[in-house]
Amino acid sequence: MLKKLANIDRKYIYIIIALCIIIPFLTGKVLPIRVSTPVQRAYDSMENLPECSRVLFSIDYDPASQPELQPMLLALLRHAFNRNLQVIMMCQWPLGFPLGQDALFGVAKEYNKKYGVDYVNIGYRPGVSAVMLGIGREIRDFFASDYAGTPLDSLEMMQTVHNYGDIALLIGLEAGATGDFWVRLAGAQFGQKIVLGGTAVCAPDMYPYLQAGQIEGIIGGLKGAAEYEKLVEHPGGGIVGMTAQSVGHIAIIIFIILGNIGYFAIRRKGK
Amino acid sequence: MRREIPLAITAITGFLIIIGFFIPHDPIGGIQTTFLQWYAIIAGFTMVIGLISLARGHIRKITKRVSGFGYSIVLVVAMLGTLGVGFYSGFRYRGLFELGTPFMWYYNNIFVPLSATMFSLLAFFIASAAYRAFRARTFEATLLLIAGALVMIGRVPIGNMMWDKFPLIAEWIMEIPQMAAKRGILIGIALGMVVTSLRIILGIERTYLR
Repeated sequence: MLKKLANIDRKYIYIIIALCIIIPFLTGKVLPIRVSTPVQRAYDSMENLPECSRVLFSIDYDPASQPELQPMLLALLRHAFNRNLQVIMMCQWPLGFPLGQDALFGVAKEYNKKYGVDYVNIGYRPGVSAVMLGIGREIRDFFASDYAGTPLDSLEMMQTVHNYGDIALLIGLEAGATGDFWVRLAGAQFGQKIVLGGTAVCAPDMYPYLQAGQIEGIIGGLKGAAEYEKLVEHPGGGIVGMTAQSVGHIAIIIFIILGNIGYFAIRRKGK
Repeated sequence: MRREIPLAITAITGFLIIIGFFIPHDPIGGIQTTFLQWYAIIAGFTMVIGLISLARGHIRKITKRVSGFGYSIVLVVAMLGTLGVGFYSGFRYRGLFELGTPFMWYYNNIFVPLSATMFSLLAFFIASAAYRAFRARTFEATLLLIAGALVMIGRVPIGNMMWDKFPLIAEWIMEIPQMAAKRGILIGIALGMVVTSLRIILGIERTYLR
């Protein structure tokens, strides 16, 4: 009997995991969220900026990571607009551009912010590291206009923005290794203050930078998004999703325990 | 000359970019910016080349009726559909990405759910793989298993409800042992990148010329 636990058919695992994720979403139950230190540090770095400081958001993800990173982006944008910070959005992953656009214009509307005065979307330019280095000298060398082709100089808030020296904080939302480049190029070379948000898979890569003081904070995965939503007091997809993730994690741990019980039962019989 | 000229271009541009790191002022800074702009333009064209190459490969599969050519038909139709909706939105509206354009509708209602679905399948594979792979066969495997389970339980709210020390343990694992391992890997990668870059700039590594 116990030996069977070592070889549970994968279709039963799939069914149970699906139920563990779907049912919490249907019940809509929300669990209390505890804010971790890296997320609190990320929040504080934006909270402590003077009003009208410029924050550069870089959308470095695509729809595959949208369930994790979009709630994070929405919470960060709400925090920025609530603090009357000026938002510049750019994109290093072309397929993520519409996600950023949707979130930026949607949240700006909530706070009655005006395009060109309170926020700007400068869009996507290919080149990743070249673009990062280029912004350090003059942003217009790579972004002569915004996403719609409007020259930067005709946008009020961009008239005094030339390089990293005019940007108080850079927030990179990462589904890959682009965050490493931000740290190495914008951070190390130009002294840019950086906060990184990433998928749960990417977040562990960011801890060495946080410990070394190269970034201000980390927002990791859906959990990080939920924590940030709690800090900005605006529950969204992060907090709702954490219940499903909790039950999913518990289910996986139970499967691991069952697998090990089966494994030891087989081993004991073998001896 | 067919080898020497590309090697010289690589060496000169490589050294100028490195010097630009230390001396960002003109004329080095200006030259560096020009090179970076060229790089961005070339990077843009690689996307076009990728698109053409992908389309050609699948059109060839369709015309030769290679096994599974039905998937190629789906790809080509989806590609042309996206281009069509994109061009229509670009000409009909102020911009392709204005909220409410057909392109944004197409993106939000077709592309986003499809991509998210593909990625979400990972949850099922990870669950199945964790069940099969996380067996306490050796001391190291047991250590990994315990650390993994503690991080999984500590990083969800239910873990905090079960015992308020679980999140602290998970944070400690992430911030100390995990970070130390990652730092080691990062240093290794960085050294490898420096060595490979130098080999390319100095013309020792020439495989890119083939």
